[in-house]
Amino acid sequence: MTDRNFFSKINLKAAGPFVALFALFMIGVLVNDAFLSVGNITNILARSSFIGIVAIGATFVITAGGIDLSVGAMAAFISGCMIIIMNALSNSIDSSIVIILLAILASVLVGAFAGLINGLLVTRAKIEAFIVTLGTMGIYRSLITYMADGGTLSLNFAIGDIYSEVYYGDLFGIPYPAWVFLTIAISGYILLKKTVFGRHCFAIGSNEKVALYSAIHVDRAKTITYILQGICVSIATIIYVPRLGSASGQTGILWELEAIAAVIIGGTVLKGGYGRIWGTVVGALILTLISNILNLTDAISNYLNGAVQGIIIIVAVYLQRGSWRKSN
Amino acid sequence: MKTFYRLILVSLLISPLGISQPLGAQTIGVSIPAATHGWTGGLNFHAEETKNRLEAANPSLRIVLLTANSASEQANDLEDLIAIHNIDALVVLPFESAPLTGPVQNVKRQGVFITVVDRGLSEPNIQDVYVAGNNAEMGRVSANYMKQRLSAGDNIVILRGIPTVIDDQRFNGFMSELDGSGINILDDQYANWNRDDGFTVMQDFLSRFPDIDAVWAQDDDIAIGVIQAVRQARRQDELFIVGGGGMKDIVRRVMAGDALTPVDVLYPPSMIATAIELTALKFISNVPISGEYILGSPLITPENAEQFYYPDSPF
Repeated sequence: MTDRNFFSKINLKAAGPFVALFALFMIGVLVNDAFLSVGNITNILARSSFIGIVAIGATFVITAGGIDLSVGAMAAFISGCMIIIMNALSNSIDSSIVIILLAILASVLVGAFAGLINGLLVTRAKIEAFIVTLGTMGIYRSLITYMADGGTLSLNFAIGDIYSEVYYGDLFGIPYPAWVFLTIAISGYILLKKTVFGRHCFAIGSNEKVALYSAIHVDRAKTITYILQGICVSIATIIYVPRLGSASGQTGILWELEAIAAVIIGGTVLKGGYGRIWGTVVGALILTLISNILNLTDAISNYLNGAVQGIIIIVAVYLQRGSWRKSN
Repeated sequence: MKTFYRLILVSLLISPLGISQPLGAQTIGVSIPAATHGWTGGLNFHAEETKNRLEAANPSLRIVLLTANSASEQANDLEDLIAIHNIDALVVLPFESAPLTGPVQNVKRQGVFITVVDRGLSEPNIQDVYVAGNNAEMGRVSANYMKQRLSAGDNIVILRGIPTVIDDQRFNGFMSELDGSGINILDDQYANWNRDDGFTVMQDFLSRFPDIDAVWAQDDDIAIGVIQAVRQARRQDELFIVGGGGMKDIVRRVMAGDALTPVDVLYPPSMIATAIELTALKFISNVPISGEYILGSPLITPENAEQFYYPDSPF
């Protein structure tokens, strides 16, 4: 009885991902002293920002009842576009800063436009989001391979040297990518929880017909979620490109599944109607932590890394969904 | 989807383009994996280049180049090469050994001359010519260099590729050569032959081990990621990196005498060119060519780097 009272008092649905994150953190501390080193913590924060930012966009799409499988390929495509643009401009513009700013602008435009295409195909052409984005995923993946001639696009060295500060630099000891991640998370939280648009996303995801009869512009709101997703992908790309200064057919492989996993681990419902930004942030951190901890230990055979990841993801979701939570 | 492809193929077949083959011409079919990462990108580049060169030099020779994204797609390609292109010889780099042994055997039954490249079939009697790199030797050459540079008690970390036969052969070759040298292997982790994983795995190795003397990345894409991680940790003065493959970016660094990447170990994607040229010889001249050709994995050093440098190749 006392146990039931205890569980019913704290909101496990909201706390679940945080509990899982804390547990993983503790495992990390036990596995290796190096886990808590400043270098390792900043690495984790910077690394998780790619999937994290993409996943914040995915939170909107999924909350409104959609899905976007094209994000990984889109990230690779936008990376390729940015590198080609910067290399081309390096002959005509002297200032590297100006070139980088132009590439960033282009990145956001391409991302928003790619999202708009996904959104219009879903809402106007009335094709299932799964199929639309499966199609665009294939298109962007082939385009990047074509643009790179099957190899790898590399950024002009002089520009890359200056741009690399965006990934490797830090403010108050926290790497820039983590600040960007935090900013996007706060903006996402406000947009989803405190605005009319956010409430519309919840309503559409719960029941599209009812939302339509409630005079919500369903098509417009859904299209906006895909545009937001595209912009989030472009922001992730803007901090990804300076890391290695290259893009290839391998860039962003499986990001779509990692982003969706982060969203679901965080407590958003896959079939729509309910979304939580902070959960998504925690979900992205959990995914990064798993692979980091596996790299810090040789206690588990390399061949089983995937199995460990799978188990942790399922347990993390079970913590908030399992029937043991229901007190009656 | 499959029906759709078939329809396209049929329409190609009945269009005049598909039957433009001059009388008495010989056709070589080339079936290789699609350009999904650096090394296969180089493979596609060299295959395309060889096709253009040979066709220009020999008007009676036609080369059909097909690329596949999976073993089953490659099996379909082989059927198409027989049914549509009516090939006289096949040059194939199998996606995987076991699943493609049967399909290649079927091609052989049609009286086609078979050249197998890099990944051997489960049944070696099928091939007329076998051209391959030597993965075990690649591992041995890398380990040999480590032994020259390091002494007992020094520490190495290893970044492996994707769990496959190729990766195992390289790894076992490396380990057997290193055996008894007293050099410590701190850990090995898979970096999946790509730059991003090379970067993150190396970052974690650097946080975990305060003393690393050398890194065996065994692939140049992985090596690029490793270089960035080492630079970020500002530890480029305490270790060196040995990659593998012969990517132009790494070969250029070796040429320039970079202390971080002092050497590279060749595993040339241009082996596909060797295979196509050899196969074409069968139709151009009368020299005996059947047999096995195992290409070496020489150490690329600043002295010889120039001869392994292909500035136009994507790899």
